[in-house]
Amino acid sequence: MLRFVLSRLFSAVPTLVLVAVTIFVLMRMVPGDPATLMLGDLAEPDQVAAMRRSMGLDDPVWVQFLTWAGQILRGDFGTSIVLGDPVLPLILDRFSVSATIVLASVLLAVAIAVPLGILAAWHQDSAGDLAVIGSSTLLLSIPSFWMGLMLLLVFGLELGWLPIVGYVPFGQDAWAAARAMILPVVTIVLVEMGSIVRMARASMIEVSRLEYITHARAKGLSERAVMWRHAFRNAFAPTWTLIGLVLGSLLANIAVIETVFTIPGLGRLMIDAIYGRDYPLVQGCLLFIAFLYVMVNLLVDLVYPLLDPRVAE
Amino acid sequence: MQDGLIVRNLTIRPDRSPLTLVDDLEFAIPPGQFTALVGESGSGKTLAARSILGLLPQGLSPTPDSRILFDGEDLTRASAPQMRAIRGARIGMIFQEPMVSLNPSMRIGQQLAEAMRLHTTLSTRQIRAECLAMLDRVQIRDPERCLSAWPHEFSGGMRQRIMIASVMLLKPRLLIADEPTTALDTLVSRDVLDLMVDLTRTSGTSVLLISHDLGMVARYVDDVVVMEKGRAVESGRARDVLRAPQNAYTRKLVAALPRRGPARPPTDAAPLVETRGLSIGYPEKAGPLRPKRFRRVVHDVDLAIRPGETLALVGASGSGKTTLGRTIIGLERPETGSIRIRGQDIGDQGTASRCRARRDMQMIFQDPYSSLDPRQRVGPLLVEALRHLPGLSDGDRRARARDCCVEVGLDPALMTRFPHQLSGGQRQRVAIARAVIARPAFVVADEPVSALDMTVQKQILDLIRHLQDSHGFACLFVSHDLGAVEQVADRVAVMEAGRIVELAPRDRIFDAPEHPYTKRLLEASLRLNAA
Repeated sequence: MLRFVLSRLFSAVPTLVLVAVTIFVLMRMVPGDPATLMLGDLAEPDQVAAMRRSMGLDDPVWVQFLTWAGQILRGDFGTSIVLGDPVLPLILDRFSVSATIVLASVLLAVAIAVPLGILAAWHQDSAGDLAVIGSSTLLLSIPSFWMGLMLLLVFGLELGWLPIVGYVPFGQDAWAAARAMILPVVTIVLVEMGSIVRMARASMIEVSRLEYITHARAKGLSERAVMWRHAFRNAFAPTWTLIGLVLGSLLANIAVIETVFTIPGLGRLMIDAIYGRDYPLVQGCLLFIAFLYVMVNLLVDLVYPLLDPRVAE
Repeated sequence: MQDGLIVRNLTIRPDRSPLTLVDDLEFAIPPGQFTALVGESGSGKTLAARSILGLLPQGLSPTPDSRILFDGEDLTRASAPQMRAIRGARIGMIFQEPMVSLNPSMRIGQQLAEAMRLHTTLSTRQIRAECLAMLDRVQIRDPERCLSAWPHEFSGGMRQRIMIASVMLLKPRLLIADEPTTALDTLVSRDVLDLMVDLTRTSGTSVLLISHDLGMVARYVDDVVVMEKGRAVESGRARDVLRAPQNAYTRKLVAALPRRGPARPPTDAAPLVETRGLSIGYPEKAGPLRPKRFRRVVHDVDLAIRPGETLALVGASGSGKTTLGRTIIGLERPETGSIRIRGQDIGDQGTASRCRARRDMQMIFQDPYSSLDPRQRVGPLLVEALRHLPGLSDGDRRARARDCCVEVGLDPALMTRFPHQLSGGQRQRVAIARAVIARPAFVVADEPVSALDMTVQKQILDLIRHLQDSHGFACLFVSHDLGAVEQVADRVAVMEAGRIVELAPRDRIFDAPEHPYTKRLLEASLRLNAA
């Protein structure tokens, strides 16, 4: 087990190196440089040149890369050019905001979508089943920013039940924080639920046709016991993989939601850093997100054998 | 009130459809008796059996005047809770596919205990003791360990024993066994059946055996009901029905039982295909630091196949016979040893000439459901097999495909169909047509009939033999079914654990086997002429 974890972590190293190289090169291919942006349009050329020199931007690209990589290996992600703060604490601070929203949304989406999909499968082709498939297909095809804006319009502006802007940290005022989180979380839940419902339903239908389900019925078990004890665990495995993918892509794409709801999360941090050509911050953010992806996938794979013992070997 | 099972006027129809799947079926099983429902796929025998437990697929139900009386109680009128109290406790069921009838994500112990907990008031410790005793009865080594093991850790035969154990733990009054050994090979299925008979006799359980295999039925059951297209066409004491079948369909079934054909004169022509010291292994899962190692499945095989003859390769599953067949035709690489085609060692030559050698060889696979491209129509599928022949126009190719269809007994009108629109037998005819259309010199047939019904098996075997007589190709016939082998083989090679233990002309293998393993195989094979 430990060996498996270590080998998986080890195998993530080339991925992360590749990510590091790619984002470093891409960032430097984007036109515009941080020195000009920082000093503004009115700066003299020699001022800009001095600034560039002090930022190390005059060195050859490979020297810059090695310097950065060396720092990272020592646990130093550098300092933000624009904000002047160290990158890593900045990322971790903003990440805690995004992670709260993403985790809450995914947990809620799974808690609703999986039972819904399973019940729909168990009553396949009934009116309820058709309603579930129809609405999940509809939700699946709505872009998250539109859903967010509509919810803001209805519940924020028209009804005035929930705040429209402003993020409150949990430590400061838990009630206000929770109220501010409702709309972004509901948006994500609605948008991500569709695919999970459909996956849970499809795998449940597949499993319910297998002979061990008939065998379970032939033992005299009740439908409820057949469904939850025998069918559920086998049907959940593919959905579990999907949940991992959803979680990973949400962490990477949270910027859209954070922009709509003006939440100071990791996504906003990265977008601002890109606009400001804040090289160390962008690189730090992207590397951090790549690392999260690897970790989420590892977690998914570690849990998988509990659902399907056949893959344990 | 009468004990046992009485089925009367059983008719099964899909809701809102005039189609009748089971038509007015009647039979009775007195307590302690063995009865068989015999018929081919689509005869409705499985539906009839499942309706007893109320386990028909969704949308199917018995008509209102159907009666299924079990110990005096009408099961067609029973409520859902009443039915659940009967299922498992008084009527048990064993399924055909041991590989998919145990829950893969539940330990064996839990699955065994589940029904006991439901239907008895025994304590956890008592249940455990009963499970251990039962696993011991079904000859599972180390029952303690078995309880905490997962189904995938066991072979098909072992899983079927576990299945029988799980059902017989509750000593049901009736056991429904739906083709319990069809998925198993000869030796194993004999053991499993003997075990089932032994356990049910001890507990006085009556048995309803569903089967397409008359040979098996003859040996084990008291009564037999022959079904065709949903109707019972003949019933009575098994012995009488098989000795003197009255109905035309029953006669057809009996006639399909394997019979030895006339022997062909032996040839002494130079071998077409020859292997010397052939060993085959699969690489074991190697880590980055572990050296690549081979797990040997075929050891040091010398075989010679002469033009026009059929050499049968028989053995239990896992004996390496399929691997050997696939290697000879070039689908797997040998570890050591040589394969010669017409005296040329194909291992020595480059890829191009190996490809050319391969054009002369074809393969027929076991499962006609997965061996044909589902998105290719029959016509193009056959035409494709002619692509290497020079000097043929598209019209010539199509004409030849049409002729080949006629030759294998397919209506050429089927050439526009997709494989899924054909029956199993028709598909296997397409697969055979694809193999022989380019007139190969050598064909490997890997269990070509084991997925088919008895009467279809007979037709396909006759077809292979007939095609061989008219085209003169040599055939390596891989099978675990000695009945099929007896019909088509000229010589037989018996394989055990990757080695050829006996190789002799067919009549000598069947009449005077020498190796103990060959003798065991023959004893286990349930041949009617022996019964």
